Amino acid sequence: MTRTSAPVDAPGADAWEGLVTTALLGTDRRTPPGTAPGPDAPLALLDAAAVAAVRRRAGLRPARAAERPQAAPEDARPALPPAAARRLAMLLADRPGPSGGGRRGAAPDLTELLPQWLAVANARGFAPPPQVLPALLDAARGRTDLRPAALEFAGPRALWLARLNPDWRFALRATPGGGAAPPHLEDADRIRQLWQEGLFAERVALLSALRSRDPAAARDLLATTWATERAEDRLMFLDSLREGLGPDDEPFLEQALADRSRNVRATAAELLSALPGSALAARMAVRAEACVAIDHMRSSPPRGTGGEKGPAETPATTPVIAVEAPHECDPGMERDGVVAKAPAGRGERSWWLGQLVEAAPLGTWSRRLGGRTPREIVALPVADGWQGELHAAWCRAAVRQRDPAWSRALLGDPSAPEAGGPGAVSLAERAKLLGTLGAAERAEWVAGFIAAHGLSEAFQLLGVCAVPWAAPLGRAVVDALNIARDAGSYPWSFSGVMGLAERCLDPSEASRLDALLAVPDEPENASPGAGGYWAEAFQRLVTTLRLRAAMAEELGAA
Amino acid sequence: MTQQGVRWTADQVLALAPDAASRKAGSKLGAAGPWSEAGSSDEGTVWGLCKGSGSKPYQTVVDIADAAGPAYKCSCPSRKFPCKHALGLLLLWAADDAAVPPGQAPEWAARWAAGRRERAEAKRTGAGSAAPSGSADPEAARRRAERRAERVSAGAVELEQRLVDLLRGGLATAEQSGYGLWEETAARMVDAQAQGLAGRVRELGAIPSTGPGWPVRLLEECALLHLLGRGWLRRDRLPAGLAATVRSRIGLPASADGPPLRDRWQVLAQYDTTDPRLTTRRIWLHGADSHRTVLLLSYGAAGRAPELTLPVGLSLEAEVSAYPGAGQPRVALGEQFTPPAPAAIRPPGMTTSQAVARYGDALRDDPWLESVPVTLDRVVPTPDGDSWQLADADGDTALPLTPAARSRPGLWRLVALSGGAPVRVFGECGHQGFTPLTAWPEGPGDAVALC
Repeated sequence: MTRTSAPVDAPGADAWEGLVTTALLGTDRRTPPGTAPGPDAPLALLDAAAVAAVRRRAGLRPARAAERPQAAPEDARPALPPAAARRLAMLLADRPGPSGGGRRGAAPDLTELLPQWLAVANARGFAPPPQVLPALLDAARGRTDLRPAALEFAGPRALWLARLNPDWRFALRATPGGGAAPPHLEDADRIRQLWQEGLFAERVALLSALRSRDPAAARDLLATTWATERAEDRLMFLDSLREGLGPDDEPFLEQALADRSRNVRATAAELLSALPGSALAARMAVRAEACVAIDHMRSSPPRGTGGEKGPAETPATTPVIAVEAPHECDPGMERDGVVAKAPAGRGERSWWLGQLVEAAPLGTWSRRLGGRTPREIVALPVADGWQGELHAAWCRAAVRQRDPAWSRALLGDPSAPEAGGPGAVSLAERAKLLGTLGAAERAEWVAGFIAAHGLSEAFQLLGVCAVPWAAPLGRAVVDALNIARDAGSYPWSFSGVMGLAERCLDPSEASRLDALLAVPDEPENASPGAGGYWAEAFQRLVTTLRLRAAMAEELGAA
Repeated sequence: MTQQGVRWTADQVLALAPDAASRKAGSKLGAAGPWSEAGSSDEGTVWGLCKGSGSKPYQTVVDIADAAGPAYKCSCPSRKFPCKHALGLLLLWAADDAAVPPGQAPEWAARWAAGRRERAEAKRTGAGSAAPSGSADPEAARRRAERRAERVSAGAVELEQRLVDLLRGGLATAEQSGYGLWEETAARMVDAQAQGLAGRVRELGAIPSTGPGWPVRLLEECALLHLLGRGWLRRDRLPAGLAATVRSRIGLPASADGPPLRDRWQVLAQYDTTDPRLTTRRIWLHGADSHRTVLLLSYGAAGRAPELTLPVGLSLEAEVSAYPGAGQPRVALGEQFTPPAPAAIRPPGMTTSQAVARYGDALRDDPWLESVPVTLDRVVPTPDGDSWQLADADGDTALPLTPAARSRPGLWRLVALSGGAPVRVFGECGHQGFTPLTAWPEGPGDAVALC
């Protein structure tokens, strides 16, 4: 508010200034206006100031309005149902406690349910009540994993809001085109301008946004400045071509194979090898084929590296895969992205072999190895201890080329007794292989794995399964938890899987868990008190599932 | 009176929580999982068994029928009051008909509720007969009041002297002397049983560190303190209303003996301020028929929520009685005729110019008034440099927000709600600016609490 400044009041304002000056200096040094100096001067000053103070307050006038903010864009999505809005407020109010440790109790962990709530709300296309946007933005600010879903749900008004509060700048960066000057992707001039003048983060955001809409346009945009970019930037930009990669990108990538930077060359080669039709893939196939062959008569006198006789004609002999790793890494290989120098502790030749095989199109091998299917090829023994190296390279190739048939073959039978699995494929690699399969097949395989091997190794594999878990997978997990409880261990040995189950189990499974809620009689060999803790853990699981069912119902996603 | 007909809102329940940790813990228990055998009776009793960490579930029972506020009983060892189980049970009851079905209270719950009601009844009849005996010795009471008035007068004289010394030496010295001096003077005022003076003196100590313009603010506050002290010393020459205002500003106890005013009171805002010893809850009510805006105060000791809980958006029919003093908004809640229930009515609003004029008028009755409650209609939250203001949508005037309101999260809820469009805002308008407390969107929509 402004203190009155109308002409009639000007003397009053002056008088007030005089009082303040006198008060600051003290009446010993300065006599208040309109009074005599002496012992009563301070009282006279206080009297005058009291009148003036009340007068100033009573005479307050409103301030002049500043320029009004631009109105926020309309959010055309339907409003959230009231019950869901209340739920959201509760989820957002639940901040993780100061200490992550300690027992988790029987109550659900609301923070962990927020991502799921956002996913459903986004799928249903609801708009949030505007007053929750600050809490939503704060939540997204603290948790980068929440940002994409939270910002999608928050909608246009959140971006409007983020421009007014520096704490929420991340929203402008994170949203494609959400920057201070959001370029419309149709506006070629603006795009070009931002691409040439923007900050690095803005340019990356622009490129990936454009790439997801129009892959060719993004590639062409990158090509305009490619030669002048710094090496680190080239690497990041090149990486954003991973999305929407197609045969059209080959000429650009082929040219990047001659880049000054080794990392850029390696990335270009990796992208090209993911295009089975590319010239690089063909070159790699030729090189890899020269290293791997079927040897029919490994133990008998040499008759050449067979090929004229199919496996069916020689039931007596077992075909074996023979591997002859490359003897040198020639400049051609290096140009195609093969790294010549092996990391410490690895033989050079096996290092080169691995790179050749992983970059060769998987289709090569059927042709090369007697028309066998991937499963038959994986089943073949490999001579001279090359199996680990060869299968690991095939795994990487299957993941890179997203080849379900090969993934299936390399994963093998989930209940196979050898815990290491075929080709000593690590859990991480298996999780990646599972990623190339369809959701149902993935869930089924993991269910089979858990049924055979229990939960102790399953965490990583469960992480790649689609949510909510398919029925067989959910049942396998619950059964395995039940077995673990009966075995007498403590539930926190399985807290990772429990947490996943709370978030991923289908809520309709809750009724199947009722029998597990009671505290069981303690078996003799059980850990003390474990039964009670298990009951508590299952209670939390059931409560969380019920809560998720309620959440879904509130959002109308029956 | 019973409230069985109306289930509460979750907000209403959560406002009972003594602190944020209880609110969180209670929210988690507000789901069917840990509860069994829960139910609610027509008499206003809610009960349930909550599975805790032990083998025996906790027995939780809440009596919501009492107009003075709910009563709780839980077999858990928590010292929080109400405990998380009581909160969880009420949340469950508020949210879910099926989980807490109507029924007959089990023996353990019924026994407690009946015992409680008997005691409450006995107290009421007892209080009725005890009241005359309390004032049995009016002579002694008069002497006590006189003695107190003398001590306050002595304090006021001492304070005057202190202010005179300050102005003789100049306010510039106050910047160096810091808090200590004022703390000591405040302690003297506490000894003089003048809490109102003590509070104002304590605030004087903080003013020199409030940044540019502090001499103006310090002189204003010193002068108003002087005005209050003078008002006390000459109270017999003041009009009765103003004298009562002075007594209440000084901090003398008074009882709400104004005539009861019955109205449909709508809760405009509820917020708590805490200091280490005391939680003070302020609840602003607006009468739909009388158009009066009144203030309920409720106190809680540290760690306990004030008992009275009326979340924004509810409305109840009740009688209130004003405390003495001209221009004082404070009332006491008397008899309640309906339980608080959600209501979609909004208070009528005014422009920013009218709001400022309202404050100026109110100073006539109470020159020490910091702010008045007003509802602004059609204002747009507008950034103004580092600060914010509420600008009239249809004019070129605006009210700046108080410095405190600028740093509260409620500001961003208000800005988000508006989205650049006009909103209706209830708050406190004073010489420091406007403190928004509650807002309503232009279109349909519930009240949004900003505090």
